[in-house]
Amino acid sequence: MLVSTIFSGFGGQGVLSMGTTLATAAMLQGKYVTYYPSYGVEVRGGTANCTVVVSDEEIASPVASEPEFVVAMNQPSFARFQGTLQAGGLLLANSSIVSTESARSDIEIFAIPTSGLAEKLGTIKVANMVMLGALIRASNMISYDGMLENLAGILGEGKARLLKVNREALALGYEYAKDHANGH
Amino acid sequence: MRQLMSGNAALGEAAVLSGCTHYFGYPITPQNELTEYMAKRMGELGLCFIQSESEIAAINMVLGAAAAGARAMTSSSGPGISLKQEGISYLAADELPAVIVNVARGGPGMGNISASQSDYFQSTRGGGHGDYKTIVLAPASVQELTEVVPLAFDLADKYRNPLLILGDGMLGQMMEPVDFDGLARPADYDKPYILTGAKDRPARTIHSLIFDTKLQEEHNWKLFRKFQLMEQNEVRYETYLADDAEMVVVAYGMGARIAKGAIRRLREEGLKVGLLRPVTLWPFPAKALREMAKTVRDFFVFEMSAGQMVDDVKLALEGEAHVHFYGRPGGVIPMPVELSRIVARHYYQARSRDSAAKEEKR
Repeated sequence: MLVSTIFSGFGGQGVLSMGTTLATAAMLQGKYVTYYPSYGVEVRGGTANCTVVVSDEEIASPVASEPEFVVAMNQPSFARFQGTLQAGGLLLANSSIVSTESARSDIEIFAIPTSGLAEKLGTIKVANMVMLGALIRASNMISYDGMLENLAGILGEGKARLLKVNREALALGYEYAKDHANGH
Repeated sequence: MRQLMSGNAALGEAAVLSGCTHYFGYPITPQNELTEYMAKRMGELGLCFIQSESEIAAINMVLGAAAAGARAMTSSSGPGISLKQEGISYLAADELPAVIVNVARGGPGMGNISASQSDYFQSTRGGGHGDYKTIVLAPASVQELTEVVPLAFDLADKYRNPLLILGDGMLGQMMEPVDFDGLARPADYDKPYILTGAKDRPARTIHSLIFDTKLQEEHNWKLFRKFQLMEQNEVRYETYLADDAEMVVVAYGMGARIAKGAIRRLREEGLKVGLLRPVTLWPFPAKALREMAKTVRDFFVFEMSAGQMVDDVKLALEGEAHVHFYGRPGGVIPMPVELSRIVARHYYQARSRDSAAKEEKR
């Protein structure tokens, strides 16, 4: 198994930390993993993105030209990365601020109102963790329970006091995906 | 304990664990996280970190620190390494140990900040002026980075010569699981040449100005013998599925990772393709290639450049086998599937070439 995911959104939406969180969780579950940030020049208000590859064997390239999953947290990302998704791939969009109409009929689009869901927890800042919970449920690429067990270590000492809200956000996204995703 | 770290940060930590006491840097993408890491870490440990006013200043600070006996390092990317070449030539002439890291980017000129392998000639041909060589280590994963760093400091001290670590933007920027548990700090060498103040001993000098041509020639032969020893003792490479291979891909660094991915695909299709990955770009594993050429007729060189290492492969093989080439210069990072298609085409062409030759013989 080798699964590539592109995480994308505005700078500040926690797009890169979604990537490192997934990568760290996968590492702790004994997977091969690479995390590759885009470090090029970007437009203000444009997209930040990173690629995470999770695999059962050695990973050749940390770059994904045709990922299995794309996470789009804002409209420019949705526009930019929907074309890269491989046929049959899944696009998870933050439908709170993204209009999810696509010309592609060969991909599946899963609309998740992550900002709205995160607001239920009192802070929009965990919208990324809501999305990550949904991705893990929809992709099954790592064990969700295993991730929760290691969450304190994954988030690190700096975020110890935010452990509870992150756990709740992950659960919110995970449960939402359980109820709403077709065929996942 | 395994942790997720970027290549740049892991390189910094490995340098600290290897006993690096002095780091001198100047910002350039895509190696900035290394300088950033060293600024924090060296400060915590009370060691020396200087962000100099230029790349040239940084390499000369390395020279000064090495002359005083320090385990010193600097890092940069292509354009900055060009500026450091003068200092590297002086380090080689002065027989001073130092580790220089190049997190390479697209070139020539300012180029771009993507990953590239176009600094191969610059790295393996000495780079600066004069008759000298440097060992060049080219790791292919974040974990391997942490293994070549202590080796680099050790070999620099052992041969009293500057040494290059050649990575690229992809290796520097990407994060992978890394484990420092096996990293042993290289031993300290006796340094009877360093300048520590001549109290109670005769004065020493370190200089590379030798007006007497006879003496300069003698010095050059002395350096040359050191380079010969490196060629004898320090060649390192990895092979992958090469035992039964009919075509061997030669690639290094991240290019070799991409090649491995391509080879796995080709093997699934039944093509007998293997890999030779030089870990030392200089000294180059020429003997290993010549040995392989006894059974392998086709070598396929893949580089993220317009073709530089391919020259070394041809020199090594001395016409004993066919050499194929595919390159993507300019910072383009091809996917394994792309390379696998090209290699497959060459593989079948080589087969039909061989069967046509057999027909002719008949």
